[in-house]
Amino acid sequence: MAAAADLFIQRLPEVSVRELHVLAVDDSHVDRKVIERLLKISSCKVTVVDSGTRALQYLGLDGGEKNSSIDFDSMKVNLIMTDYSMPGMTGFELLKKIKESSIFREIPVVVMSSENILTRIDSCLEEGAEEFLLKPVKLSDVKRVTDFIMRGEGMKGGKRSQKRRRSDDCIPSLTTELSPLSPSTLASKKSKL
Amino acid sequence: MDVLQLQRKLREHQAAMLREGFLDDQFSQLQKLQDESSPDFVIEVVKMFFDDSEKLLHNMTRALGQVPVDFKQVDAHVHQYKGSSASVGAARVKNVCATFRNFCETQNLEGCVRCLQQLQQEYSLLKNNLQYLFRLQEEIQAAGGSIPTIE
Repeated sequence: MAAAADLFIQRLPEVSVRELHVLAVDDSHVDRKVIERLLKISSCKVTVVDSGTRALQYLGLDGGEKNSSIDFDSMKVNLIMTDYSMPGMTGFELLKKIKESSIFREIPVVVMSSENILTRIDSCLEEGAEEFLLKPVKLSDVKRVTDFIMRGEGMKGGKRSQKRRRSDDCIPSLTTELSPLSPSTLASKKSKL
Repeated sequence: MDVLQLQRKLREHQAAMLREGFLDDQFSQLQKLQDESSPDFVIEVVKMFFDDSEKLLHNMTRALGQVPVDFKQVDAHVHQYKGSSASVGAARVKNVCATFRNFCETQNLEGCVRCLQQLQQEYSLLKNNLQYLFRLQEEIQAAGGSIPTIE
């Protein structure tokens, strides 16, 4: 019994101090600054780029192949938040490329847009976007998304879900209530939430 | 003027900007993101917005001066401007952009030109008002006071 408890305690820090690494993509200078601040306040590590192309470069996807010289552990991205309307590659096209990649398709992608167009929202969700946020994005939106991702990350793999049950009280974000009334929640996959 | 008077002036000025629609709730949201770890956040964002404004207004002017006018191009600039004005809470600017986009869609050159003029006016007014706001903040801080945020 004691040995199992020791093992459990050893693994605990790995889950509870985990910081989400978010890759934010937006061609607007102003929006990049705001999303970066929102994410930092939500205790995330943030990398911000100004285009879909740069996002793919950062991920190492630009050549279409896995770049083996990249240290995936240090760069590991847990969430991608992208603007929809960008010159060159749109957020939708970026979303598609990520979901088509065998390496990166598991990374949740959230799309942000100033335009509340149902067909746009639908196609993003259908293409695999985790959520669609209306701009200007609020702190409550970001906190809700990051809390959700933190929960999701903890649930992948059998071992982790066991730890999750016992370490509930160590992670404050698990008790966050999702508000069903905010406009952006209406646009998200309710079943997942 | 002492700190209390300055703070009152600042509160009144902020309230007026909200009341007259120069700013909306998004600006208050940005103020909430400012703290000791990022003490100049709002000013920095606003400065970026000013830079954006000047660049985009210039681009719109140039695009409307082309013969023939490429309304899609004009709309692209207006769309960008609408986005960044929404992000900083510049409500009046954002609303003019919305009207402007409609004129782009209907390819109404006269309407577009009018909107551009309105945008330049609104931007100018907003810039003056915000610069006054920031000056008041500086004076308060120099006098050792704290900045009251918009309620």
